[in-house]
Amino acid sequence: MKITCKEASRLVSRGLDRELGWGERARLRLHLAICEGCANFSKQMQFLRKALSRLAEQSKP
Amino acid sequence: MNEFRSRLERERPYLLRYASLQLRDPHAAEDAVQETLVAALAGEASFAGRSNLRTWLTGILKHKVIDAIRRMSRETAADPDTADFDALFVENGHWADPPQAWADPDASLEQSRFFAALQACLERLPAKTAQAFMMREHLGLETGEICKELGVSTTHCWVLLYRARMALRECLEKSWFKDR
Repeated sequence: MKITCKEASRLVSRGLDRELGWGERARLRLHLAICEGCANFSKQMQFLRKALSRLAEQSKP
Repeated sequence: MNEFRSRLERERPYLLRYASLQLRDPHAAEDAVQETLVAALAGEASFAGRSNLRTWLTGILKHKVIDAIRRMSRETAADPDTADFDALFVENGHWADPPQAWADPDASLEQSRFFAALQACLERLPAKTAQAFMMREHLGLETGEICKELGVSTTHCWVLLYRARMALRECLEKSWFKDR
């Protein structure tokens, strides 16, 4: 049931676009708990979303 | 020139910035803004009573932008971008170069120079990848709508969004976070 970093990074991205299934979520959470690189990656993806919504706000009236 | 018309003209620079950000094509942006202003002029009556002209115009412009994206994606049906991110991973699927934590990213959100760097990174994305990403993160569309507008499969859509995020992460790391 272990996933690679490559798969984890895809799941992180996909999780921003649709709700992950129960199994996907569990595997991802397990991976993030033990993999610092992917945990950093996941935080950076959250940050990217925040930065883009800030950018969108700036170009709003 | 009547008063409504000159109020519309005053919004042109703002609308142009908005459209350019989405379309990344100055001509297409001009066209979308022109169409918006023409539609607004014809629809003056339907604006009557609304409080904010800019909000109303932006609403019209959004639809024009989506139309333009649809046209552009029809014209460039084949996505020339096949750049692969496999190089970021070694054979067993682990990172070749694991992402390091970024130093206090939230502080960057307070700096206008950060947003300039972000814009520069967005501009470097291949056209279709950027369109998918901006429709998702900037216009807030759901993946289903994005796939439909771009005329690609759901899987392709996810791949485009994934590629956009990977590329932006790398670009921001190099151009902004590396020296922080």
